[in-house]
Amino acid sequence: MRIAVASGKGGTGKTTVAVNLAVTVARSGRQVHLCDCDVEEPNAAIYLDPQLGPAVPVSTPIPVVDNDLCNHCGQCAAICEFNAIACLPRQTLVFPDLCHSCSGCWLVCPEQAITQADRVLGEVSVGSAGSIGFTQGVLRIGETVVPPLIHTVKATVRGAPWVILDAPPGTTCPAVEALRGADFALLVTEPTPFGLHDLDLAVKLARGLDIPCGIVENRAIPGRDIVDRYCAEMDLPVLARIPFTRDLAAVGSEGGLLVDADADVAAAFTQLLDELVGLEARA
Amino acid sequence: MKLVITAQGPNPEDPVDPRFGRAAYHILFDDKAGTFTTLENQGKDAAQGAGVQAAQTIAASGAEILLTGHCGPKAFQALNAAGVSIFSGVEGRVLDAVQAWRDGRLEELNSPDGTPRH
Repeated sequence: MRIAVASGKGGTGKTTVAVNLAVTVARSGRQVHLCDCDVEEPNAAIYLDPQLGPAVPVSTPIPVVDNDLCNHCGQCAAICEFNAIACLPRQTLVFPDLCHSCSGCWLVCPEQAITQADRVLGEVSVGSAGSIGFTQGVLRIGETVVPPLIHTVKATVRGAPWVILDAPPGTTCPAVEALRGADFALLVTEPTPFGLHDLDLAVKLARGLDIPCGIVENRAIPGRDIVDRYCAEMDLPVLARIPFTRDLAAVGSEGGLLVDADADVAAAFTQLLDELVGLEARA
Repeated sequence: MKLVITAQGPNPEDPVDPRFGRAAYHILFDDKAGTFTTLENQGKDAAQGAGVQAAQTIAASGAEILLTGHCGPKAFQALNAAGVSIFSGVEGRVLDAVQAWRDGRLEELNSPDGTPRH
């Protein structure tokens, strides 16, 4: 069971849900691996304090043009969807930060004037937190090409039947890459118009990727039912609620686990796990 | 000598477009013949690298001079490599820009003065 924990809005509690769910799964005796796919701001490690192996650089291939071999035919620039190559009358230039590593330019070059070099995007570390397998990716500062790093983070999982993917916020390429291949998307929201607006984007993303989804309402306030009304309208299950209390906020801000601090929240996560086990059985 | 002027419309009477890569049109002016030719900017809606794409179009047109509002770092690098001189901060109609260049009232750009826009 591969579960992506996602949201449209940032700061809704994706990491909180991901780490507390991972702990709940592990305590039920199941083997679980958590991937922190939020490579721009990976912070699941703050909660789980994993032992990590060495940080391994992750790179992506980019073209290098030999201007002595280049006859400026322009086929490389023509095939590039991202304008990463400029074919000019006397020189062919590469703009590495625009390149998406599609291989088109070096495959199409009739003069074999294009070779490949590696461009480092960030690094990946693999380890464990108790019985929980753990991987995190860290994007290089200033880098804009994110999906290959997230892809590598996900590819480190070996054999764990339960995988939890802590996705980045938003609905752009990094979020798509984190969700891709997931069996289920847990979408975390909060009962605010902002949270709900961006939840709707996340629901559309998950449905666009054909991934079934359910909702975790964080910072739930009794009597505030905008999330329920939205979920009823969209035929989405609310699988867990985390109440909005000062005590829980304090636990989270100190890097603590909600399931250790509050029996009701622990029960909510156990019930969430039961729901997910049930979904897996029915799939 | 050929010039390219970035333009908000297809005619020499239209205002200069301050953007280079995402300009609505690139108007080619042949100083010797005194003629204007309108080039559609194919890359103006590109997801990224609009300036890089436009620089290739300018280079292929045979222009040696560009009159525009601002020029970002990637376009600047590509235009430099193509030997195109850039005059930025240009305002008014395309016709006025050409006159300003003829009168020597424009200053050549020595480093990028714009940021890439997505």
